[in-house]
Parts: sequence; C-alpha cells; structure tokens
Amino acid sequence: MQNFIRNLAQENDFQATRLLKILRAVQARYFYIPKQAIEQLAEMLHIPRTQIQNVIEFYSFFHLEPRGQFDILISDSITDLMLGKEELINYFAEKLGVKIGEVRADGVVSLNNTSCSGMCDQSLAGLVNGYAITNLTKSRIDEIVENVNKKLPLDQWSRDLFDVQDNIIKSGLLLNETPIKGEAINATFARGLMETLNEVEKSGLRGRGGAGYTTAWKWKFCHEENADQRYIICNADEGEPGTFKDRVILNSYADSVFEGMTVAAAIIGATQGFIYLRGEYLHLYEKLEAVLAERRTANLLGKNILQNGFDFDIEICLGAGAYICGEESALIESLEGKAGIPRNRPPYPVVSGYLNKPTSVNNVETFLAAANIALHGGEWFAAFGTSKSKGTKIHSISGDCAKPGIYEYPFGVTVQTLLDDCGASEVLGVQIGGPSGTFIANNEFKRKIAFEDLATGGSFIIFNNSRNILDIVHNFSHFFAHESCGFCTPCRVGTSLLKKQVDKIVEGHGSAGDIVALEELCQLIKNYSHCGLGQTAANPVLTTLERYPEVYQNMLKKISYEPGFDLDKSLETARRLANRDDAAAHLAQVEE
Amino acid sequence: MTNKKVKVATVSLAGCFGCHMSFLDLDERLVDLIEHIEFDRSPLTDIEHCSPDCDIGLIEGGVCNSENVHVLREFRKNCKILVAVGACAINGGLPAMRNHISLEDCLNEAYRDGIGVENPQIPNDVELPLLLDKVHPLHEVVKIDYFLPGCPPSADVFWKFLTDLLAGREPSLDYELVHFD
Repeated sequence: MQNFIRNLAQENDFQATRLLKILRAVQARYFYIPKQAIEQLAEMLHIPRTQIQNVIEFYSFFHLEPRGQFDILISDSITDLMLGKEELINYFAEKLGVKIGEVRADGVVSLNNTSCSGMCDQSLAGLVNGYAITNLTKSRIDEIVENVNKKLPLDQWSRDLFDVQDNIIKSGLLLNETPIKGEAINATFARGLMETLNEVEKSGLRGRGGAGYTTAWKWKFCHEENADQRYIICNADEGEPGTFKDRVILNSYADSVFEGMTVAAAIIGATQGFIYLRGEYLHLYEKLEAVLAERRTANLLGKNILQNGFDFDIEICLGAGAYICGEESALIESLEGKAGIPRNRPPYPVVSGYLNKPTSVNNVETFLAAANIALHGGEWFAAFGTSKSKGTKIHSISGDCAKPGIYEYPFGVTVQTLLDDCGASEVLGVQIGGPSGTFIANNEFKRKIAFEDLATGGSFIIFNNSRNILDIVHNFSHFFAHESCGFCTPCRVGTSLLKKQVDKIVEGHGSAGDIVALEELCQLIKNYSHCGLGQTAANPVLTTLERYPEVYQNMLKKISYEPGFDLDKSLETARRLANRDDAAAHLAQVEE
Repeated sequence: MTNKKVKVATVSLAGCFGCHMSFLDLDERLVDLIEHIEFDRSPLTDIEHCSPDCDIGLIEGGVCNSENVHVLREFRKNCKILVAVGACAINGGLPAMRNHISLEDCLNEAYRDGIGVENPQIPNDVELPLLLDKVHPLHEVVKIDYFLPGCPPSADVFWKFLTDLLAGREPSLDYELVHFD
C-alpha cells in the first residue's frame, strides 16, 4: 500500500488540491480509505490528517470502512420511486443476500441508496463501482447478481448494462448545431475579444444553472479584476434531481462546451480551465479525456492556440457524491481538495475564486450557448426567447409521460406545450427546477418557462393523478436532509427537523398544531440558511402547502396532539430486558 | 391583575433540578411573586397531583421513561399553559446523550457488565418505570406552549416570563436573557 500511495501522490505532484482525485483512486483500489493511507497522505501532501478525514466523511463516495468489491448504489430519486424502485431494490438485496446499506459478509458486494444519479429518463438506474447502470429490471438485476457472485471483473460485464441513451426528443437552436471544433475560436479572434464579449452581452445569455446571472457580466468582472492568474470552471456537477441535460450535452456536444470554455478563457484572460464532473458521470470521463486529447492534437488547446498567441488547457476533476458542490463556491472548495462547504459571498468567485484568483464558474449549457454565440453572433441567439430571457433552454423531462428525455425550447414556452410534446396526460402537477424549484398545479400550465415567471435549471418532473403530493414532499425533504453540508445550524438541524416533521404528518401522527409548526420551521430554514441549499430546502413543502392545503389537512387527526413516534414500541427493548409485560409496561399512543 | 392567585405547578422529569434551583435564585423577588401566584403540584409543596385548574405548568427535563410520559400528560391535562424549561426539556439535553447508544448496551453496561457490578441483573420490579429507547424533548410527546432556553434559564428569565404572563402580555425574552456566552 505504501508504494501505491507514494506513486499516487507523486503522479499528482504532491498537490493537496488533487486530494479528491487521490482519494478516488484509493477508494477504488481498497474499497475504503485505510487509516494508513490517511496518515501517509497527510505527510506527503503537507496537510493535517483531520483535513483528509473531513473530506472522506463529507463525500458520499468515500468510506472509512470497507465497502464491497462491487459497491452497488441505487438512485433514490422520486422518478425512480415512481418506477417501482422500492420493490426492485428489495429484490436486489434478497438476490444478493445483503441488507440495504450493508456489506455482504464475504466482502464481495455492498448495496445502498444514492441521490438522483441523473438517469431519470432511463430509470431505474444506479451505479456499480461508480459506473452508471440503467433501465434496471428483475432480469437485468439477475444478470448483475450472477456477475457479482462469479466475481466477474466489471470490464467483462455485458456493455448493455451500462448503456446510456441521449434521448434527445426535441432539438432546437443549440442542439441542431454540429459540435464546434475551432470555428468559434477563429471567429472570436477574427472579431476581437472585447467585440466577442459584446456579442455575448448582446445575446442576453444568462446562466443556465438556474440562477440566471448575465454571463457577459460575469466574464467582464472576472476580466477586469487585477490578477496574475484567472480560471474558467465548467460546472458539470449536475445534481438537481430530475436534471440530466448536461450529461447529454457532454456526451454529444463536448467539443462545443470545451470551445465555449476556450472562448471564455481568451476573453477573461485565463490559461487554465477545469470541468468539475459529478462523480455519477464517471462513465463520461474517458470519452471527455479523448475529446480533450483530440483538441490538443488539433491545437484547439495547449500552447499558442490556432496561432493566436493564446495558451489554455482544461483538466477534468471528478466529484464524489455531494449535491452541494453544484453551488459555485462549494465547487471551488472541492476543486481545492476540501470539503464542499459554500464560502461567504462576497467576495464572489469573479473576484476571489479558485486559489483566491478571479474565477468564472459557468454551467455546461452556458458554455454550449456561448460557443455558438461566438460563432453566429449575439443577434442569432437573441432572436429567440422573451425580452428578459433570451435564447433557448434545454429541459430534462422525466416522470409520468410517454417520452422522457431532452427537449429544447425558446424561453417563454408554456408548461402545457412541454406536457403535450412529451405525451403527458392526467397530470396532477409538475416539479419545475427540481426539489429546490417550484411545484405547480394543473391550473397553472399556461405559465411560461422564463426567468421572469418559472425559472429553472432544466429539471421538469411530471406527476399524474395517481401520485400522492405527500410522497413527493417526503422524498424531497429526505433528499435535502441528506445533502445538507452541515456547516450552518439552520440548514443542518433545520432540514433534519423538517424531514421529521414531514414524516410525522405523512405517517398519520400529525394534529392541528403540526402544520403551523411545519410552516414556522420552513420560514426559519429559508430565512436563516447560509447558502442556496438551505434557502430552497423548504420549497417542496412551501409550494405544495400553498396549493394543496387540504392534502395536508386531511392527514391530521382531530385531536390536539399526538407524538410523532410510537410510544409503546419505544418501551419494547426495556420490556424484553426486564422480562415484563404488565399493564404498567405499556403506553397508549394518545392519552385516554 | 385579578385578586385570584394564579396556580403554578412544577416538576422535574429527566432533569437535574438545576432549573428549579435557578428558579429559587429569584430570592427576594419570590416574596413579590407569591403575592400573585400559588404553587400547586411541585417539589416545593410536595402536592402529589395537579389540581384540574392549574394555570401554568413549568416542566424541567426531557422524557426518558414511562412515568415521565404519565406525569407530562397529567400536566398537559391540568395546566392551561405548559412551558418547557431549560435545555433538557427543549432538546433532551444531557440525558439524551445516551441516544447514540442502544438502550440494551446502556443497561448492560450499568447493571450487568460494568466494573464493580455485583449480582448482575437488569432491574425488573413492576414498581419501576421502564426506559424509553430514546430520550425525547417534551414537545415530541405533548403540545408545549412556551420554551425557556438555558442550562439553566436564569432567575431573570423566570421573572420576565412570569411577570409578562401575570400582566397579560405575550411573554418575550430580551436578547440579553437568551445570550449565553
């Protein structure tokens, strides 16, 4: 082990910023991060042992105790649950002979849940040793169980299990364009860098991650900041449940994304770029490396790009299972080899980002759009959309519809249009922008998707009339409690309390005061949390409580109060140990 | 204020009586207070059960066993206003530190496997209340109307809270009263 770790550290130039990459390699080899590895790395990277421990405990894909040689994770998104995930994971567990969350006694396999893996259009999905598996059925599960029990190496498993489809159903302005290989860089330098920035501004392009900050301004501020180095980062940590458009863009339009990054780097004056790829998209890693290699050969990256006297290169960094790293300052922390805890803002990353240098963090789709704008000009893009939301938006549609997949529309399109096109009927409501977005009811489908009405990062989850609102809220509140980074109390404690309170109501223990308590808790989390995660964690409850108060009310008992846990059951251990079963050894759930 | 005295009941559940001691730190202000309140069930009076017309119930400590549940329900039934007093009542506090260990391990360590234990056995007399597998804050078992934070809440907190209530005001604690460092 000592040699392995030493070589690993050496390959990574003993850089503490590469800690995630190093730990991913250790985890892959030993199925956990041994204590000895922590000590050795602390010494070689010159960082405290506790910092490494902190990183391991922070990220879902690192473990201090061994996982199985085959570590299987099943996506626990609402769309997976709707497709019968509970039954299938139980079937999986039974066939493998392992309990969910545990490692089988022989150490060969472990099984657990994971947050949405970005395959909602080909659910039920999961990961085996980090690689995506899709369309799980009982027969595919049988095949996996057989492979596991034979200890068949992953590269000998049927490729079909790992098949990931793009499912582009409706392409528009951007998806109709072919991948760009140098044309936008040439156009940029021919036109002039500041002239190209003007084109981007003219295009009205706003960040596609959901927040919608004007891209040109971000680049401009980053450029204007006085510094010896600047960075460009592509945020491909697509973790919002129900979003998978970046996966498709990176699979089929990677060249355009890299081209967009290169153009942005030229404008702001960066020589180094990173793409922070969510760990769940490990299956894209080699393909993206190959695209980068091709671009280096074609002099689209590297020194003196296309004889324009401009140097730039891109490094791919993989995440390790933390939703919060989609927040730009948490992402930067993660890139620096630390736990992904959002920074205080200001200063914003354009002033002080990666290694405290001016950094522009943009979404995958933003770079795709930017490359095309650099090539075709701002007018080309601004001709579409609304006055405040220019251009098109790429949506990931999943849930109850005939054709889940990728759809591109100009901004201003109505929700009803999307529903008609994807073949959704008997619709109860739609979750727009993922759990942190908005739930809209079926009398609101005339509303428009645009920053001025329904802003979205691209997640569009459809629920039909057979679905229960509270099941959805239940899943989302558990998601946020799991993904809270733990830094600030309102979010760390609040999301757990929210989960408990929702559980209490969903399980039928709620009474009159519990809805008031729920609302108070929501306001507290929303108003006092440090970052966007906490500020939006109560949205599933707030948006559904506003629209369907009766659904919540119907769950309440007509008594003043009932405990949220089973009182008599919590005496069970004591009864068994004291060998008692007399009347005094029991408690009624509600006072007689 | 009316002439009829306000009835106050107090109890310590899974607590250390520290909140009661802090209440006694009201010192000479107790004399003023007693003009307006009378104590019903309380360790101060040794009255065993709440009268059905108590106005305020002050409860220290969390809920760790079946007896705590019964007492808490008696208070809820008989007190118009029920107040969780102190860290243990509000969060479970120190006794809730056992929540990270299984009840079985706790009992085994205390009564069977611990160093110096003679005649090892888990107590099983029917007179003894059984332990809940987790220690709970009060509001997880009954509806609580007010919370007085602190470990313990200072005498000033009790004074401000009770005088507000007696004056018919919505009780509110100034920042200094809930600022602990």
